[in-house]
Amino acid sequence: MALVGRSVPRSDGPAKVTGTARYVDDLTRPGVLLGATLRSPVARGRLVGIRRDPGFDFTGVTVVTAEDVPVNVVALIEEDQPVLASGEVRHTYEPIALVAAESPILLARALRALTPEIEPLPPVLSVADALGRKAQIHGPDNIFATYRIAKGDAAKAIAECAVRLTGTYRTHHQEQLYVEPQGMLAFWDARGAHLVGSLQCPFYVHKGVKRTFSLDDAHVDVTQAVTGGGFGGKEEYPTLLALHALLLSKKSGRPVKMIYDRQEDIEATTKRHPAEVTITSGCDREGNLSAVSIRIVMDGGAYVTLTPVVLSRGALHAAGAYRWEHVAIEAVAVATNTPPNGAFRGFGAPQTIWAIERHMDRIAREISKDPLALREQNLLRVGDTTPTGQFLRESVGVQQCVEEARNASGWDRKRAALGPAAAARPVSAMLRRPAPGGPAPRKARGIGASVFLHGAGFTGSGERTLKGRVAIDMYRLLAEKKPRFTIRTASTDIGQGTETVFRQIAAEALWVSMDRVDFAIPSTATVPDSGPTVASRTVMIVGSIVEHAARDLFARIEQNRQGLGGSFDDAALRLIAREGTVVSEKTYETPPELVWDDATYRGDAYPVFGWGCDIAEVEVDLDTFETTVLGFWAAQDVGKAIHPVMCKGQIEGGTLQAIGWALNEKLVLENGRILNPRMTNYVVPTSLDAPRFTTILVEDPYSKGPGGGAKGIGELPMDGGAPAIAAAIEHATGIVRDDLPLLPEDLFAARKAGS
Amino acid sequence: MRLTFVVNGRSRTLDAPPLARLLDILRGPLGLTGTKEGCGEGECGSCTVLLDGIPVNACLVVAGQCDGRTVQTVEGLGRKDGLSFLQEAFVKEGGAQCGICTPGILMAAHALLAANPQPGEGEIRESIAGNICRCTGYQRIVESIRNAAKEQAEHEPG
Repeated sequence: MALVGRSVPRSDGPAKVTGTARYVDDLTRPGVLLGATLRSPVARGRLVGIRRDPGFDFTGVTVVTAEDVPVNVVALIEEDQPVLASGEVRHTYEPIALVAAESPILLARALRALTPEIEPLPPVLSVADALGRKAQIHGPDNIFATYRIAKGDAAKAIAECAVRLTGTYRTHHQEQLYVEPQGMLAFWDARGAHLVGSLQCPFYVHKGVKRTFSLDDAHVDVTQAVTGGGFGGKEEYPTLLALHALLLSKKSGRPVKMIYDRQEDIEATTKRHPAEVTITSGCDREGNLSAVSIRIVMDGGAYVTLTPVVLSRGALHAAGAYRWEHVAIEAVAVATNTPPNGAFRGFGAPQTIWAIERHMDRIAREISKDPLALREQNLLRVGDTTPTGQFLRESVGVQQCVEEARNASGWDRKRAALGPAAAARPVSAMLRRPAPGGPAPRKARGIGASVFLHGAGFTGSGERTLKGRVAIDMYRLLAEKKPRFTIRTASTDIGQGTETVFRQIAAEALWVSMDRVDFAIPSTATVPDSGPTVASRTVMIVGSIVEHAARDLFARIEQNRQGLGGSFDDAALRLIAREGTVVSEKTYETPPELVWDDATYRGDAYPVFGWGCDIAEVEVDLDTFETTVLGFWAAQDVGKAIHPVMCKGQIEGGTLQAIGWALNEKLVLENGRILNPRMTNYVVPTSLDAPRFTTILVEDPYSKGPGGGAKGIGELPMDGGAPAIAAAIEHATGIVRDDLPLLPEDLFAARKAGS
Repeated sequence: MRLTFVVNGRSRTLDAPPLARLLDILRGPLGLTGTKEGCGEGECGSCTVLLDGIPVNACLVVAGQCDGRTVQTVEGLGRKDGLSFLQEAFVKEGGAQCGICTPGILMAAHALLAANPQPGEGEIRESIAGNICRCTGYQRIVESIRNAAKEQAEHEPG
């Protein structure tokens, strides 16, 4: 059959290229009202009331405040966030009241006729303010979570090393900027609450609705509309939006649609956590790494959301793709009065990988070693252990990634031609070409590398606790002489290709053609809970449940065929005749050898890791400090590419988000307000900013992965882009940046500061 | 105002405020929801349609500008017997992921290929520079357009 490994046409493609795919804003219901949100203009304060303009006629307008919320909490990891603020307001843009009306004009006027009355309180606006307890805004110490990881004795080992280096590395906010803004359509009927929306995790929304409205499973139905990108931004946030739309619908007795405009989406929804990471390392003069001590501080924003999990993943990736005998990691996340930070592709790892990769370049500089050679001599291999003591059993393809990227990019040749770091070169050597009859264009070229890893699937015992489920139905359509199959799963296709890849996996395991296998629209009323669409777990974890469910079903059909004869289809139809729809439901079984202790943070942090090596070649204009990415080579170990074209699409798209984070994107906050909440001034890369990618799929299979060894790769490509770009800029200009971003003004400031 | 214009080859007449956005007319009274809104300020290009063959942001064009003119949207791209070469290539080559930018990018690419049937990579990138895609890194989109141009040249020479 060989469906796996083939780039078949994506099954949701035709609807998307003809404009017939229905996103949430393309849906409506009879009598639908539009909803909007009244938000806090200040970062912190006491909400004393909501003033209604006495001159405004509220006829035809539904207004919802905190008093209308049955249980005023958003059920996530903790229940610290209210659905609508009451008492203390904790961040700018925090929802205070909701309005619904029939027309956009009436809605806008009604929103303007409401004014929150807030007595301002002193806000905590920075990590330093939070740790210094400028005000107490969360628990006794403003700390959301703390993790410690220890292996050996790092402090003692560092003290004994010949080369000891310390650096502090900072990363900034990042907006997911999915091109489809958040949106939700809500209504109630005799069967309870119904939602259709742009979302990644139907069962997260389901849980939140059950809690706030005290409903049972059967009375909440959450269905995914075609979703225009997520990148983590539609992981936890849609729960809040769903609750808002349902509140308005309940009070008005009408269906309610809420669609954010771009500004509201950028202002109100979650961002990537800013982080500060301090690393002290010890190695010998040849660059053999020995010990590392790392302290991570992340800014969680105003509410917990998913911060502890983001912090944990950041900590678990902080030592990078290298062998260290001794490791000490401490990670802390604090509360501030800024919009809550949350899930974004990479989930804490891009922040700490940025730090360790910049630090590796610092070591290379210190001992005058080729930065890629330094990395290569310290790479983790099968048989090594990670900082949590995880023994790497298999599928460590990082060495091959480095070799492939090195060769494809011409690293050795280019490094030799350009020489060592630019600071050591005279300005004349930095010139790209002589200018014909004029002053030379002052442009400098450089090439830089990063090496990285990303744990696929939930951290630690997450999958064991979750017990994700998938069902495959086999049934017969009246007019057909062959059985049909439907995969039922809560894994959503948000663009990454879940639908197509799951159909490939199931069809291959069933030995049928793909056109006989359908993918059910994820709806909590009809699909089992496969867990959320996050954590690079969809293909590797849920895909493997799909594969097992399909294999079980195939075995049943085959058994019937061997007993009673005839063809595969005859046997399948006999089973259908006997049972009606034949259901094969399967629960994820965590490999028994995986052991994790949450109390000590020791053991198998992830079932397996994806690996990568990125190499960037850049040209920096020495007058304007603009960086052009001339070429980008990404070699990434994906285990097995089930759909090579879509797999490359993930790597290229994720890498460009990382490049954008480094070179284009900069969220400016002042007193807890976002000064650039629009696409005009929060700039993401266009087709002209994007480099031409050379994407190399390395396949070192994972024995438990579906399709012959697939690993999760959704987040991996987000990890390596920024440090590779920074290294290339350093090589080109001698400007060493330890902090993101690397916009022209940042490079200019660094050059002026004499870096 | 009374607005008469040709949409996807068909003459349409309707009443609309002269300053209504073309985007809202298409998505509302005309029911053509294939054209998407991503930012409402001409930055993302998701609402790109062709006005007399030229790509425009439908969020920045008002009804009054469209009277007597011709508009083409993604719904008007297909051929009688199925998908156009461009649409086909986007499905096969990974040009569409989440799909929200796809209608706008298809319109921009359609205009490019109409004017320049065999564009180079630079010309392809330039033609979609007004369309933001956050999923693909653009490489598969460029490949899709390049492949469509090739297919088109083979099937419709001259």
